[in-house]
Amino acid sequence: MGSLSIILIVLGYLGLLFFIAFWAEKNKRSKLVNSPYVYALSLAVYCSAWTYYGSVGMAARTGVEFLTIYLGPIIAAPLWIVVLKKIIQLSKIYNVSSIADFISLRYGNNRSLGAVVAIICALSIIPYIALQLKALSESFQIISQGSTHSIMGQYLLTDSTFYIALLLAVFCVFYGTITFDASKQKKGIFFSIAFESLVKLIIFIIIGIYTTFYVFDGGNSIITEVSKNFNINKLSTVEGVTGGINWYFTIALSFLAIFLLPRQFQASVVEYSHKKQLKVAIWLFPLYLLLFNIFVIFIAWAGLALFSSTENADYFTLLIPLTYGDYWLAILVFLGGLSAVISMVVVSTLALSTMLSNNLIIPYAYLKKFQRNTSNNNQKTIKNIRRMSIFMLIAIAYFLYAFVNPSVSLFSIGLVSFLLIVQLAPSFFVGMFWNRGSALGAKIGMISGSLIVIYTYLLPFFTSAILANNNFIENGLFGIEMLRPYNLFGVDFLTPSNHSLFWSLAVNLFLYAYFSLVFKGNYRERNYGEVFTNTSKIIDLQEDAYVWKGEAYIADIHKIWVRFLGTHRANRALNIFKRRYKLSEKTKIADARFINFSEKLLTGAVGSASAKILISNVVKEKPVSLVEVLKILEENKEAISINKSLKTQKEQLFKLTEELKQANKSLTQQDKLKDDFLDTVAHELKTPITSIQASSEILKDDADIPDDLKQQFLSNILFDTQRITNLINDILNLEKLASGRESLQLNTENVTEIIHKAVKSFEGIVQKKKISISIDSKPNEVSAEVDSAKLIQVFTNLISNSLKFVEPKHGKIEIKVNSTKDILAIEVLDNGKGLVEADIPYIFDKFYQSNNQTLKKPEGSGFGLAICKQIISLHKGVIEVNKAYTKGASFIIKLPKKQSV
Amino acid sequence: MSKILIVDDEPNIVMALDYALQKQGFTVLIARDGQEALDIVKKDIPKVIILDIMMPKVDGFEVLNQLKSNPKTKDIAVLILSAKNKAKDIENGLKAGANEYLAKPFSTKKLIEKIKSYC
Repeated sequence: MGSLSIILIVLGYLGLLFFIAFWAEKNKRSKLVNSPYVYALSLAVYCSAWTYYGSVGMAARTGVEFLTIYLGPIIAAPLWIVVLKKIIQLSKIYNVSSIADFISLRYGNNRSLGAVVAIICALSIIPYIALQLKALSESFQIISQGSTHSIMGQYLLTDSTFYIALLLAVFCVFYGTITFDASKQKKGIFFSIAFESLVKLIIFIIIGIYTTFYVFDGGNSIITEVSKNFNINKLSTVEGVTGGINWYFTIALSFLAIFLLPRQFQASVVEYSHKKQLKVAIWLFPLYLLLFNIFVIFIAWAGLALFSSTENADYFTLLIPLTYGDYWLAILVFLGGLSAVISMVVVSTLALSTMLSNNLIIPYAYLKKFQRNTSNNNQKTIKNIRRMSIFMLIAIAYFLYAFVNPSVSLFSIGLVSFLLIVQLAPSFFVGMFWNRGSALGAKIGMISGSLIVIYTYLLPFFTSAILANNNFIENGLFGIEMLRPYNLFGVDFLTPSNHSLFWSLAVNLFLYAYFSLVFKGNYRERNYGEVFTNTSKIIDLQEDAYVWKGEAYIADIHKIWVRFLGTHRANRALNIFKRRYKLSEKTKIADARFINFSEKLLTGAVGSASAKILISNVVKEKPVSLVEVLKILEENKEAISINKSLKTQKEQLFKLTEELKQANKSLTQQDKLKDDFLDTVAHELKTPITSIQASSEILKDDADIPDDLKQQFLSNILFDTQRITNLINDILNLEKLASGRESLQLNTENVTEIIHKAVKSFEGIVQKKKISISIDSKPNEVSAEVDSAKLIQVFTNLISNSLKFVEPKHGKIEIKVNSTKDILAIEVLDNGKGLVEADIPYIFDKFYQSNNQTLKKPEGSGFGLAICKQIISLHKGVIEVNKAYTKGASFIIKLPKKQSV
Repeated sequence: MSKILIVDDEPNIVMALDYALQKQGFTVLIARDGQEALDIVKKDIPKVIILDIMMPKVDGFEVLNQLKSNPKTKDIAVLILSAKNKAKDIENGLKAGANEYLAKPFSTKKLIEKIKSYC
């Protein structure tokens, strides 16, 4: 395979990434781009070329020890719930854009601390980026030579690596500086990172399966082969106590790194936008790492078995398919490695450039300029600073790579990077939970820790690996044995990297604690200390979490906003602030809240330290004592909680008023119902009385009345008397049922039979009007514990209602009985004119008359349904209208089969 | 003799009134709901109408309104005879143009006297 065609493949792949990022930027509101899986996958930017190539190399040299680097993050995943949530919460409130900003903010927007963090990050990460370029160049060389020859010696294609690096810088500049607020998400870049994470995982699994099952016959055959030449036990076990301690330290190292690596902070904190993302990441990220590591040991041992040497162990994944002539598979593996390189280089460069610009270049080199000029073009300047930083970083990394001895293994350079970055751990983690931690302690701890790393790891590494001189390691500095870099003060049971980790972190932590306790920080540090340690309580305070005293004018500060945000955004922010705190348009004096709001607003653009300095330049700040800070904070907290309780009281009062209103309304309604009831009772009584009176008058006054008419009048009188009697009985019946004086005579009865009895009483009228009544009961016999006399009344009332509403000849009434284990459901339906929807809620109220009070309803006392409801309720059942049925009226009765509880 | 229209849906009441009025020599027309009453009036103009309020299909107030809006029927004397006798009902009835508002139950003799005063 010629190098030209590989270059074309690489360019094609880069073009694809440009396109993916472009597409995602265009569709940044789409569901796919915002999926929590994209976030979780982009966290796998952790797996750089170091993982992709280096872990196979390490597994070949040292056995299962390579796993430690992944066990840390896997252990860390559950802890994310607690720690990462807090980090994210704080970062989002204060528009934090990098870990340097985060630490600098915690210690009172401390400018020099932010710069120290940025420098440590740069020292740690630039060699790491160089390492990625080295991996890229070496893998390129292997693949283009198509041979397993030694890769030592000349770089034939140095130029191609240079151009790829340059293209990556362009990619970074293009998609990384779209918004000038660095705390904003970069959806395009991270969508392409997630894509690359998928690519590298899938390809790694493919080569794993290929090696294990195609080249060999499964894991066992690899073990048999490799144990011919190597001590398999040594490679697959942890050796004794010292081995165990070493495991422990390496796991701790990677556990801390997953929080502290700038690219991880960028991916997990800055790119975070919604809750679901963490929920998915918590399981997906550890799973990803596990999948990545399944085949590492098999590939490593397969390589050992095939090549009998660890010389090129880092590139076994490329060499194995090449040996077997599977070029295309080797190219795929190369593309997976390229993905790992690109994602690491792009995100690291992005994160570092933000740090360098916001925590080093702007606060030290540009701040004066910004203060002096009144240009509104600062956004462009800031973007350009970031762009320059990106090119600078990649250029430095490139030159570093070009001059590093090619015999240095990927894994050992990666460890230097981890050791340095872990120096941020004490001030970062302890500072989040200990309010006394001070900026001075943080700075001294970090710098000392880093110097120890240089002395105990980097310097001996340099002398032995690059100068090939072991004098320093064996005899110590100036020949003093206690100062031997790998065995400081006689500690000789740790591997060099763990030895360095132990001493650097111990000293770092001690000095941090000592200087924090002895030299107390200023009020500002303590203020942020309180905010960071009591996040959950103080977050409610919002701008009130910040104590500030002095004189300032809104107009002065607003001018600064305009210079960095533009007039439009500055005005919008001012409106938001005034609305949030209900300030009038005329407010001129800025208070602590306004100062805090302003600093947050500018932090994303210029970093927290610069934001503080820019604002403090136009205000007259008065120092506040520490005691005062704590007092004011406590007061603010109390005020908030009082406000909260007032708010709940107000809500309760409102609720109570609503309830009272409802109660009053229902009382009025009931009162009206009672009036209506009396009205209708009176009306219903008056009608038969009228008839009786008129008929009796005639009978009394008229002597000549013919006999047949006389008989008719007399029977009319009797009929109306009966009508009155019925009415009075109904009223009394209902009152007895409603008041509970009437108890049920319960017996286990066949309900279908009861329905038949009720239907039978209508035989005459049904035949006369030619109406059909059917009973559909499955099963035939349904028994339940009921009062049969009362239940007959229910069905009689329902059927008689239906009879009033159906048309003669076409009328149809159906009664359906259904039975489940405990419940009996009976539906009575007809094809009459149906119910008016508005009446349904009141239909079971006694004597309810629909709104149209003068149109007469068909005859009946109006008590029928009310009586039905009372009887069914006494049976602990329900009766309701089936609204879904529209061809007429339908009532559904549900009765429990057993009455006893 | 004068024609009297009885509008009521209670057959027993109608029967008693029908007999008593005929006995007095009136010609009696009968309608069992509001709609029937309006149909009858189109063909045959009575002197007096005895009108119930609560009826199916078209209620008494509606009948009264239609009678009063038609020049041919607006001069017919209307006596409302209803079990609804709250002050508001009476006011509505008289406002709509009824000559009398009589409450059920009533004395047949008094009713006949009232009718005669409109003939």
